[in-house]
Amino acid sequence: MNFPIHIFLIIPFIGLIVSFLIPSKKEILISRLAFYTAGITLLVFIGFIITWLIQGHPSINIAEVVLYRTHGYEFVVDLFFDKISAVYLMVGGMLTFLITIYSRYYLHREKGYKRFFSTILLFYLGYNTTVLSGNFETLFMGWELLGISSFLLIAFYRERYLPVRNAVKVFTIYRIGDVGILLAMWASHHLWHENITFAKLYNYDLVHEHLQNHSLIGVIISLGLLVAAAAKSAQLPFSSWLPRAMEGPTSSSAIFYGSLSVHFGVFLLLRTFPFWEQQTSVRILIGLLGLSTAIVTTLIARVQSSIKSQIAYASIGQIGIIFIEVAAGFETLALIHFAGNAFLRTYQLLVSPSVVSYLIKEQFYNFVPRHKHIEDSLPKKIEYSLYILSMKEFNLDHVMNVWIFYPMKFIGKKLNFITLKNVFYFFIPVYVLGMVMLHWEDLIPKSIHNVLPTIFSFIGLAMVLKSFSERRSPQLAWLLLVMNHFWVALAISHNEHFDAEHISLYLSGIVTCGILGFYALSRLKRLEPSYFDLNKYYGHAYEYPLLAFVFLLASLGLMGFPISPTFIGEDLIFSHIREDQYFLAFFNSLAFIMGGIAIIRMYARLFLGPHIKTYHETPYQSS
Amino acid sequence: MPHKHNNFNEKEVLHHIKHFLPSQAPLKDFIHHNTLHAYQNLPFHQALHKASTLFGYKVYLQLDEYRQLYQDGQIKDSILTRTITEQKGIKELNVWKARALNDPYNSNLPSRVGSFRNQWKALYKVNLDKKTHPIIFRLLNNYLDQGISIKEFPLVQHGFLSSIKEIERNSYVSLFKSERARMLFLKGKLDIESLLKIVVGDSEYFEQYLFDQQFAHIGWSGMVSFLEDNQGALLDQREIKLSDLIIFELLLEIDVLDSAYGENWRPLGLSVTDNPNPLFKTVEYSEFFDVLSLWQEAYEWSYYNDVLTGIKENTKRKSIEEATEFHALFCIDDRECSIRRHIESLSKGAKTYGTPGFFNVEFYFQPEHSKSHTKVCPAPLNPGYLILEKENTQKRTKAAHFTKHAHSLLFGWLISQTLGFWSGLKLFFNIFSPRISPATSYSFRHMDRQAKLSIEYTGEKIDGLQVGFSVQEMATRMEGLYKSIGLVDIQSPIVYFVGHGASSINNTHYAGYDCGACSGRPGSVNARVAAFMSNHKEVREILKSKGINISEDTQFVGALHDTTRDEIEYFDIENLNGAQQQAHKTHHAIFLNALDLNAKERSRKFILTNTNDLPKTVHDKVKLRSVRLFEPRPELNHATNALCIVGRRDITKGLFLDRRAFLNSYDHRIDHDGASLLNILKAVAPVCGGINLEYYFSRTDNNKLGAGSKLPHNVMGLIGVANGTDGDLRTGLPHQMIEVHDPLRLMVVVECPEEKLLDVVKRVPQTYEWFENEWIHLVSFDSNTGNYKRFKKGEFIRLDLINTEIKMSRDMMKEFEKTDLNLPVMLLEEQSA
Repeated sequence: MNFPIHIFLIIPFIGLIVSFLIPSKKEILISRLAFYTAGITLLVFIGFIITWLIQGHPSINIAEVVLYRTHGYEFVVDLFFDKISAVYLMVGGMLTFLITIYSRYYLHREKGYKRFFSTILLFYLGYNTTVLSGNFETLFMGWELLGISSFLLIAFYRERYLPVRNAVKVFTIYRIGDVGILLAMWASHHLWHENITFAKLYNYDLVHEHLQNHSLIGVIISLGLLVAAAAKSAQLPFSSWLPRAMEGPTSSSAIFYGSLSVHFGVFLLLRTFPFWEQQTSVRILIGLLGLSTAIVTTLIARVQSSIKSQIAYASIGQIGIIFIEVAAGFETLALIHFAGNAFLRTYQLLVSPSVVSYLIKEQFYNFVPRHKHIEDSLPKKIEYSLYILSMKEFNLDHVMNVWIFYPMKFIGKKLNFITLKNVFYFFIPVYVLGMVMLHWEDLIPKSIHNVLPTIFSFIGLAMVLKSFSERRSPQLAWLLLVMNHFWVALAISHNEHFDAEHISLYLSGIVTCGILGFYALSRLKRLEPSYFDLNKYYGHAYEYPLLAFVFLLASLGLMGFPISPTFIGEDLIFSHIREDQYFLAFFNSLAFIMGGIAIIRMYARLFLGPHIKTYHETPYQSS
Repeated sequence: MPHKHNNFNEKEVLHHIKHFLPSQAPLKDFIHHNTLHAYQNLPFHQALHKASTLFGYKVYLQLDEYRQLYQDGQIKDSILTRTITEQKGIKELNVWKARALNDPYNSNLPSRVGSFRNQWKALYKVNLDKKTHPIIFRLLNNYLDQGISIKEFPLVQHGFLSSIKEIERNSYVSLFKSERARMLFLKGKLDIESLLKIVVGDSEYFEQYLFDQQFAHIGWSGMVSFLEDNQGALLDQREIKLSDLIIFELLLEIDVLDSAYGENWRPLGLSVTDNPNPLFKTVEYSEFFDVLSLWQEAYEWSYYNDVLTGIKENTKRKSIEEATEFHALFCIDDRECSIRRHIESLSKGAKTYGTPGFFNVEFYFQPEHSKSHTKVCPAPLNPGYLILEKENTQKRTKAAHFTKHAHSLLFGWLISQTLGFWSGLKLFFNIFSPRISPATSYSFRHMDRQAKLSIEYTGEKIDGLQVGFSVQEMATRMEGLYKSIGLVDIQSPIVYFVGHGASSINNTHYAGYDCGACSGRPGSVNARVAAFMSNHKEVREILKSKGINISEDTQFVGALHDTTRDEIEYFDIENLNGAQQQAHKTHHAIFLNALDLNAKERSRKFILTNTNDLPKTVHDKVKLRSVRLFEPRPELNHATNALCIVGRRDITKGLFLDRRAFLNSYDHRIDHDGASLLNILKAVAPVCGGINLEYYFSRTDNNKLGAGSKLPHNVMGLIGVANGTDGDLRTGLPHQMIEVHDPLRLMVVVECPEEKLLDVVKRVPQTYEWFENEWIHLVSFDSNTGNYKRFKKGEFIRLDLINTEIKMSRDMMKEFEKTDLNLPVMLLEEQSA
């Protein structure tokens, strides 16, 4: 069947671009645009799905939309459509459509009306991209769009502290999950020696043959995917982010964190199922993860006394079961379960404010002082311990801090010796030395030359970590991030011989965004010299929304936002890391991930949060 | 009052903190009150300056906003000039005017609270709030939860602190990370002072530290403090004290510091190098605040001047006395101001009255099958009566989507695959064709109109409450009612008692939308009860002996007006005789027509509704607001309220006040000893003044004194709302309720000789403060001479109006279509037949 399924990407994309052009005062125009974008996409999709079903629902693969091609490398957008995509597109299309109508009234007169709808469209684009992706590269594109739109939606109330802090937190966890995909992508490059399409994964023999020869790399890929799926679907140990993501308007929390966003881990597993189907140990692992998540989060859900966190944990519990279903190979059941859970949680969240009048009235008529519970039959000591443990969310939030944030801060602190001064006096000369060595690399002993890429990429990573923990100078933090990419380029240049065009493509994006971002920072420093560091949130977006937007664009560019030159460059650079270079791959992906986190942290601290100036009303820190 | 403590007095300090904390009831009993009640002993502007300096509240509009209002002509130059001249003298006029209009001011002001405790961050690099708040909020919410969680708090009988202690003692998992805090909790002497010695050290700073600590989460602290003082406020009762919270919070602080530094840290009071700025140090004069207060006065009087001129001119107009067709008594509520106007415009013979919507009958109401009763009279009253509902025919339907089973693992598995898809459909239908559902809070559901009420006392008592009223008790209440509104001769066939209520869905603050005089419940039961009492033969006889004449052909009918949907429902109309039935039919048509017009008038502020359509079409759209899940503004409630007019309807009939006035009927010629006026003022100050000031402060600082946008709100334990999962409870009104409100203080205009008013005002000490300190403006109006006097510093002084022209309007419907902004005071042209 010949159907341009690109259309499901193109309509939201056009909608998104047009939404930027509408002045933010024009509420009706904005909501209409969103309504038509979602509505038309849905209509076309329904028409499409009918013909598709009549034709016996074949799997469709549309390959080779080459976004970028150079000597020895091409970036291919590949689309794939099958039963899984059909269900996800249907549920996503319907919910997004309903929510655009819902939000038209719900957000009426809200500051940030336009921002909300633009972000919804961005999310929708990311959603469809991911769902329709035919290879890892395309999937990763969608994945990144989801990440950033989630950040923007959680931080929708950007003038308050908690939404911004939680948005950074959720973004970080998403990003950590992304390491999994990056590594899986890198490993699969080497497993297949090509940009493998999902369609090809359905070829049992092909998968079987490759896996037999490279069982370790197969496990690495599967684990990478599992980490990514667990992070996105709030499975253990990541679960605690989901209730904390409920900071935006209820309608957006309902569809994103109640339903669509949170089921993407399931999607990733379903999509790659043919790949890990043959790895029994992986299947057992996924099932166990789902089971333990289901049990733990149900216990937590039982003691939640706020309505949204209760729904959030209950939803995670169901997703845990879906993980089991997927692992067991019950694809259809998992899809039904996904759709039902998505609708149920969306609706429950949307009507959650009504719970007050409803339950109070219920109570008025049917009040029973204390209910009997299963826990009551346990020995007191166990009952109480379980209660405290559940109330503390099994320390999951703390675990995240201890495992992720503390080590990053710790290493960053150890790097305090990096200052603007010794960047100039030490690192730049070293860099020049590296370039010189590149020129006369034949003169360098082979054993030394072999470790150079790893060393250089490690220096790059160090710069990122320092940037992450930098508190004084935003400009230094920014420069360090830019420099990281130069180190990466140097490392790769020492690694393999390839076209200079690759490097120039990669660095051209970096340099442009670097200059733009640096300009925005310098301007902010000139305007607000006394409120310019990374010690706390300053909320400058209140006074300089445009500057905030410019800096956000530069940030997206620098962090390798999909189809920016940096993004393609990153992918390209990864393809030059050899199969046995685990450290190089690891440092590189870590630097990529951490760089993104450091940038978002910078953006959040400078431009978001409670405004430092108090001439207007400002919220409490605890709100 | 200067507070200097060398020795820490726990009781006194706790009392002091509680005084300043917000005192807001749990959601089910949302009651409006002055947000800054703690400062009421000070004159208004002085109080505002103090509150702002201490706690960082925004208490006025921004300077630029005032200047813009001046540019737009909403603040009149003549009034600004007069305000400055009055307060600063004519010599200083130019200086102050320049300051008001042009001088730049630094409005980037710090607040004192928090500055001391914040030093932990600087000295020890720990963010205490970040570590302690989540666990404290969770514990409080789980302990106080009224029915959200599935597994309740394991132990609640012993009070907050003791219950937690018992749990901690019997658990393998600890709430603490370090040993010292845990041991102190389980074994130590738990009093605030000894813990403060560890944390703060120097007793001079104890009080300030506690203020800093508790004001970092005023929502929860306020709730705890409120529950401590109002034991019965929760259905599922919990014992809790502010001192419990403080003790636990101090322990957690020790825990956080210990786990970061071992026990090697010095108390904050001994670590700080420079002395903190004492919280209650005298607030120094600020020219900036002086300028703001001038602007605020000018802003208010620019509007008041129009109103007073309007009333004066309206009173001068001679209207033709028409024979009374029917009487209708409404609540004083500002939302009823317009419906009365429409009824009067449709029927020349309609006589409307305003009185607090509990119609002077105070009692508890218990619907059939319910487990408890609810108060339906002004919150400060403690009635000794109970009215039972009997023979209820309504069925209570349940909403499957609220079932908690959906959150369990296995049921959830089944439910999500069945009910899940059903939810998708429900959402679809709610968006495209919404209806009233079990989740809707619907005013007509408060009482079944088919059900019987036990109004007459037959000797029954329940829980110490007398079921129903004796004849004498009924008569006393009705006498008080009729005398207070000046209605002592009733000849018309029907008198309506119209209570009011509101309907909404997805509205956590629903209780704030119903009748304030009925403790945030619809006024249907009260209207029905009052009608029953007035219809009672023996009651009428007693009333006659008291000088209240009611014709034998008169029947009283209770009714309920839904202010959101603009619908009306009557009770017991089967008791009407043939002629009355006939009359009622005519009146009902008038009511329906008036409701359409009222909906159209209201719709001009609902921007997404087209006001230009026919009233009926607009009305249908307005009704949808009460059932749509996505409608954060089912109605605008008391927004824009600014006036309270106590007097005969004659002085305001035919005057357009744009739904901004509470209207209380009163005839001073009947009220010889001022007893009725006394009762009216006693209610007006806290009820109308409370509403007005809550709107005022929620508008000027929606972040700290209001609840912010309601869109991200999360329901906490059915008692409050917070943003997201980790936030503090939000107090005050959400942004959607106050965004169109103009922060003006209430002006009470009383049609009454000033001597009598002065005498009455001085008789009530608790409300005297409101007037003396100008939290409410009080003006007397002599309808014979048309003179006004203003209450200032304990006496009535001359009040001259500044010349202004009051527009005449022939067709208000046209005006409604023109603008969504506030309309000026207008005189309605009488359509001559």
